[in-house]
Amino acid sequence: MLVAVGSLTVMGVALGGLLGIAARLLAVEENPLEEELKAMLPGSNCGQCGYVGCALAAAALAKGEAPVTVCPPGGRAVAESLAKKLGVTADLSLHQDKGPEYAVIEENLCIGCTRCIKECSVDAIVGATKQMHVVINEACHGCAKCFKVCPTDAIKMCRVPVTLSSWHWAKPEVGQYLH
Amino acid sequence: MEYVLIAVSAALVNNVILARFLGLCSFMGVTTRIDTAVGMGAATTFCITVSAMIDWAVEHYLLEPYGLGYLRTVTFILVIAASVQFTEAVVRKISPSLFQMLGIYLPLITTNCAVLGVCLLLVEGKMSFIGSTVFALASSIGYSLVMVLFAGLRERLVLAEVPRLFAGPPIGFITASLLALSFMGFSGMSAH
Repeated sequence: MLVAVGSLTVMGVALGGLLGIAARLLAVEENPLEEELKAMLPGSNCGQCGYVGCALAAAALAKGEAPVTVCPPGGRAVAESLAKKLGVTADLSLHQDKGPEYAVIEENLCIGCTRCIKECSVDAIVGATKQMHVVINEACHGCAKCFKVCPTDAIKMCRVPVTLSSWHWAKPEVGQYLH
Repeated sequence: MEYVLIAVSAALVNNVILARFLGLCSFMGVTTRIDTAVGMGAATTFCITVSAMIDWAVEHYLLEPYGLGYLRTVTFILVIAASVQFTEAVVRKISPSLFQMLGIYLPLITTNCAVLGVCLLLVEGKMSFIGSTVFALASSIGYSLVMVLFAGLRERLVLAEVPRLFAGPPIGFITASLLALSFMGFSGMSAH
């Protein structure tokens, strides 16, 4: 009886202590700022910033290794909100907001190499080997990754055309009255 | 030669899932995709091997000398839970991406009866330390093999046209029985 109780107690304490030490030694420090920054990024993991996915870009931002203008698809809006969150002033002069874009494949230049299909992060390109490829406009989010890999320069990035349903008045320019 | 026999017998002939029917929950639950099946197999392999080695020592130096056989299940579960927790901490430290991929399946290894089953089979078989380590490793490799095979079958099954009443788990169980039948072919190989 005593041996049974004692041995189980000793084992429990020993294993618990071991796990406690292991947890202390193998602790993974997590930055709460990372989560908040990750939520502000687009989250499509396109990889244009050079990091593997938005989570790693957020980690680099939190450590101060990446500039707030790290995210090209996010554009000016994301850069500004990141700068506000991190309390830094961002140089946005080179960061022109070009507006939403999408990729278009020129049919007579496409050789059907499927490189752009492998690169696309949202599966917006359809096609097969030695068959012409085409971009599904509704799915394309304009990350321009296919544009960079195309060996025959058959892909061009186009501005999303303004239609009756998407046209709006120019926003009032508040800046000149504030300064 | 003895160890080779033990390994082949544990991995193929007396496969944990298809011949002993242990760990069926994860067998049906985690095998919808090959990559999760591979991750689960790897994590379970590590846990089974480590906990089998510790449990062998516990059995031989604590339970047997003091006649505490009735505490076997409790102590074994204690060791298994600790080794799973330890694995979780190590995976989290070494490879955050694998940790994210495995997610909830990692802590669930604690309740996988294949782990406890292998440890109890070791005691039943009265094996030496090296023999029991080989047995545990081979059993868990057999477990991983069947998980990956079945995940591959199910990935193809998704594309097949299955009658409405059989879609989902029913056709999964039928496929599992066919896989078990094919593994019965190994039973002629064993000397045991």
